[in-house]
Amino acid sequence: MSLLSPLEIEALSLSLEVGLLSVAASLPFGLAIAWLLARRNFPGKILLDGIVHLPLVLPPVVVGFALLVLFGRKGPIGAWLYDILGITFAFNWKGAALASAVMGFPLMVRAMRLALELVDRRLEEAARTLGAGRSRVFLTVTVPLMGPGILTGTILAFARSISEFGATITFVSNIPGETRTLPLALYALTQVPGGETAAWRLAALSVALAMAALVASEFLARRVDRRIRGLA
Amino acid sequence: MIAVEARKRLGSFSLDVRFSAPSTGITALYGRSGAGKTTVVNMLAGLVRPDEGRISVGDAVLFSSHEHVDLPPERRRLGYVFQEARLFPHYSVRGNLRYGAPRRPRQRLITFDSVVSLLALAPLLDRPIAALSGGEKQRVAIGRALLAEPRLLLMDEPLASLDTPRKAEILPFIERLRDELRLPIIYVTHAMAEIVRLADALVLMADGMVAAAGSVEDVTSRLELAPLTGLAEAGAVIRTTLAGHDMTFGLSELAFPGGRLRVSHVTLPLGTPLRVRVRARDVALATTRPTGISIRNVFPARIVEMASAQAPLVDVRLDIGTPEQPVALWSRITQRAAQELGLEVGRAVFALLKAVALDRGSYGQFEPAAGDFRDDEAG
Repeated sequence: MSLLSPLEIEALSLSLEVGLLSVAASLPFGLAIAWLLARRNFPGKILLDGIVHLPLVLPPVVVGFALLVLFGRKGPIGAWLYDILGITFAFNWKGAALASAVMGFPLMVRAMRLALELVDRRLEEAARTLGAGRSRVFLTVTVPLMGPGILTGTILAFARSISEFGATITFVSNIPGETRTLPLALYALTQVPGGETAAWRLAALSVALAMAALVASEFLARRVDRRIRGLA
Repeated sequence: MIAVEARKRLGSFSLDVRFSAPSTGITALYGRSGAGKTTVVNMLAGLVRPDEGRISVGDAVLFSSHEHVDLPPERRRLGYVFQEARLFPHYSVRGNLRYGAPRRPRQRLITFDSVVSLLALAPLLDRPIAALSGGEKQRVAIGRALLAEPRLLLMDEPLASLDTPRKAEILPFIERLRDELRLPIIYVTHAMAEIVRLADALVLMADGMVAAAGSVEDVTSRLELAPLTGLAEAGAVIRTTLAGHDMTFGLSELAFPGGRLRVSHVTLPLGTPLRVRVRARDVALATTRPTGISIRNVFPARIVEMASAQAPLVDVRLDIGTPEQPVALWSRITQRAAQELGLEVGRAVFALLKAVALDRGSYGQFEPAAGDFRDDEAG
């Protein structure tokens, strides 16, 4: 006798998959954009900053609609991706991950950028006088020192991802087993008579998942922080 | 030979330096804060790019605006010990030390074990950086720079952030770098005591320019540079040899061409070459040999030069050496005294120096070059 019903397991595992994929795929881009915003000056920096932050202030439906227009099978990017690489985001779980990634991206970039601005550049200079090239300095000094920020950004983006609703339902619809993540399943249950009990269970599951992510993030951040301050 | 020629504008500050330093021993870069010392060292390290100029260490050209050379810091092979250690907090002491060490060591002289023993780092190896004292951090920073096998070590006021006991803890280690590893060092400081103790050559900087460069003795004996070396610090540096100990009174004798300096006991073997800094304000003058006086250091001297220092004061440059080997000494007295005694260039006088005016900070060992004065009695 399982604790969770097959439907709940399906929604939960789909949510986790979508969350993990979206976070893993946006991590390198997040790091690159954070680095650009924190360390470089270039024309259009304010514009880039604005675009990155848009999903934070726009109604999620707008983001979903924009994704549908751009990444749909006939959209300018979607058509190109399908013709060249055979990838499509339309109405499948990869599309749900894309929507989650876009929605979580500003949170990830913000945390990383703040962490990067706090990294002591004099330590990077010291590393270079010790014979380390730019990339080695970045990997062995910069990234470890911004560890807590990377962790926070990742967890925030993941949490945002598993609670994503508006952009996902607009972009890839609500397809059981394909795009029906926890919030979408919960929404579906509230639309049918007699679904309250099941909805309650899913709501409790969402709370548990979010709490677990927050606790894990706090625990890990403390450990990383202790390590980079040399106290472990 | 380390040759630096560099120009750079930084806002309203402009730097224009040209000097060369020997490829052995310690060359001190001295000047007030804001003189541009750190900028020069950063240019050597590749952290600051000159607008134009040429920087070379031995055969290696590190920067040349003319030849379009600008090696990145990681390819210059210069060790840099910063004022604030700059250790990596996310590595242990061992991790910091190993950070710059090449996978295939080039030199046999600088090995991990030798650096650990030279700097007494063994008890610290597995400690986190946060658990180190200021002096320990600086020792680790020196070791980390050494293990990168630099061809030249840059030290930017490595003792400035330490208190006096910590300074005393680090100084012997820097002497060992100079004497045992024979590593050329560019040493930025604004403490004359450190220069006397460590440096052989001195580059004096003021307002972004090199005011003088040469041996420590030569530069410090030049009267016109007194305003730059600072009022309290002004003085001459004399090369001596530890020639005798007087155990009864706990005194030591330092021989120089033309005489002997009696000072408080110096615990070093006889024959040790010692550089002594005698501050101008600690030297008094008399026109006749004084009697019934506590001062044991009375030297016949000749006035070489007189220059008015600040308002009521006058700096008198003396020669207390022999005709073949002049030895410069300074005295700072009031203009009134100079007038009443009728002091003038060429006049024979007696220079008086209290032994207690010299302390540990007044001495530095040095490597005597061929032809340097040696006292026969020292054996």
